[in-house]
Amino acid sequence: MRENSNFRTQVKTFYAFLLVCISLLVLLSIVLLMYNSNPNIFTSKKELDIKDYVEVSKEDNYDKIENGIHVRTGFKEGEGLMETVNNCTNCHSAQLVIQNRMNKEQWVETIQWMQETQNLWDLGDNEAIIINYLVTNYPPVKKGRRAVLSPVQWYNLEDE
Amino acid sequence: MSRRKFIKKATLGTLAGLIGADIVFAASMPENYIPIASQEPNLFQLFGKSKEMTVLNSKPWNIEAKAHLLDDKVTPNKAMFLRNNGLLPEKIDVDNWVLTIDGESVKEKKTYSLSELKSKFKHYTYQLTLECGGNGRSEFDPPAKGNQWTIGAVSCANWTGVRLKDVLEDAGIKEDAVYIGYHAIDSHLSRDPNKEPISRGAPMAKALQEETLLAFKMNNDAIPLAHGYPLRLIAGGWPASVSGKWINRISIRNKVHDGTKMTGTAYRVPCKPVAPGEKVKDTDMCIIESMPVKSLITYPKTGAIIKENKKLNIRGHAWAGELEVTQMEYSIDFGATWQKCTIDKPVNRLAWQHFSASISFPQKGYYEIWARAIDSQGVKQPMVLPGWNPKGYLNNACHRIAIKVI
Repeated sequence: MRENSNFRTQVKTFYAFLLVCISLLVLLSIVLLMYNSNPNIFTSKKELDIKDYVEVSKEDNYDKIENGIHVRTGFKEGEGLMETVNNCTNCHSAQLVIQNRMNKEQWVETIQWMQETQNLWDLGDNEAIIINYLVTNYPPVKKGRRAVLSPVQWYNLEDE
Repeated sequence: MSRRKFIKKATLGTLAGLIGADIVFAASMPENYIPIASQEPNLFQLFGKSKEMTVLNSKPWNIEAKAHLLDDKVTPNKAMFLRNNGLLPEKIDVDNWVLTIDGESVKEKKTYSLSELKSKFKHYTYQLTLECGGNGRSEFDPPAKGNQWTIGAVSCANWTGVRLKDVLEDAGIKEDAVYIGYHAIDSHLSRDPNKEPISRGAPMAKALQEETLLAFKMNNDAIPLAHGYPLRLIAGGWPASVSGKWINRISIRNKVHDGTKMTGTAYRVPCKPVAPGEKVKDTDMCIIESMPVKSLITYPKTGAIIKENKKLNIRGHAWAGELEVTQMEYSIDFGATWQKCTIDKPVNRLAWQHFSASISFPQKGYYEIWARAIDSQGVKQPMVLPGWNPKGYLNNACHRIAIKVI
């Protein structure tokens, strides 16, 4: 009787042990599979930012272009777009670039100023590509001493 | 049996947890995350700003008002322009906030907690005009580098705090003191902790003015985070960059403060007039002090269509840096003739003043109403762009609105 019960306990223990082992194996393989498909899956939440989230999203193309505009930044489509996006939107928004109209010489000066004071890296061969993109797509506009008021949104003024 | 159940459950639980990882992942999306496809930020949610404000730059945040949004006599937060050189502070520890007064010309380096500042010194409230030095930059030709402000980088709110003078004198000012320079906790765009986004200041004479405050309240409430909570230097009438936000240190210097954006072309203009586009040497640039005379028509909004024979009541504000506006005029014939507006006295020194006029139009047609303020030294706003300068500061050309009479 005692031996029998002893044996049953041993079987039970062995059975449990096997179950735990199999579970762990299954777990491990799932973990490995998931890690394989996305190595970033186990990095902590803190390291995630908007960019990371967008990058893994499959529905949205990260560098989608709509109506000639790079949706994520607002830059115009053109030769040198991605060099400009990748080097000029890390510290500040593209809006700061787009609203400034400069010639080649002024862009060279501005890049130098950013390298001297703002921690911008050496742009290497990309510098010429970026400057060419900017002066082609965002050339300075002549404004004169005072521009025409436009566009005016007309509305009927009701009595106060 | 029960153990089997337990293991099964536990395994399933773990599995579910793991498989659910991408749900958790999605849930970690930042709360204020703006979907990439529609990058219209909710300005009200972010900063309590009117949706009609114009975002010039979202990194760093630079937002300006439109003229008609500034119609209030005292500017509310929702219409107040936002200028940032760096990134907004992410954490403000009010309980342990310390203001340090140091520098070559302080008699004794001293520190104050916020509660010490508030309890030790008398409180004052002033309505103070703050205008960005680059307000109006967008009009310069050749274009000037930087945020392309049009007309809305000006505000006049009520600021409450202690006089900077009282705090500096408590620490002790040496006789050789020349300038004060501020330091703050905002971070550089590159996130380099050794770089300050901006560290400007003012000569002792401005620092010791009665209206120069270390403010902890704006319009009787705690200062909004984006405007410098919990402590902001306020120096009305000077480029708003002198009014440093998130202040934790003020240095009394024995020379002109040499912090970030005190040198080069930043907040400096050619000491002598230059031709548009001319190169100017660093040594020929002078720091901007008082802002020039200027005005804004805040009612009606540009584009108003009115009926013939109807009078049009206009109103707005005028200011003149350190000075007062003594006369205000408007023209409906492109400056050929000017008529007087009524102009109020400022509620205190360095506050903007309110003007109004009632206009009759001689016949149907397209008109522009031009406004021109004249300061206590007889200096008027120019109708065309004032002197060009490399960074496009100090554009105080007349403001104008379009009107149609039908």
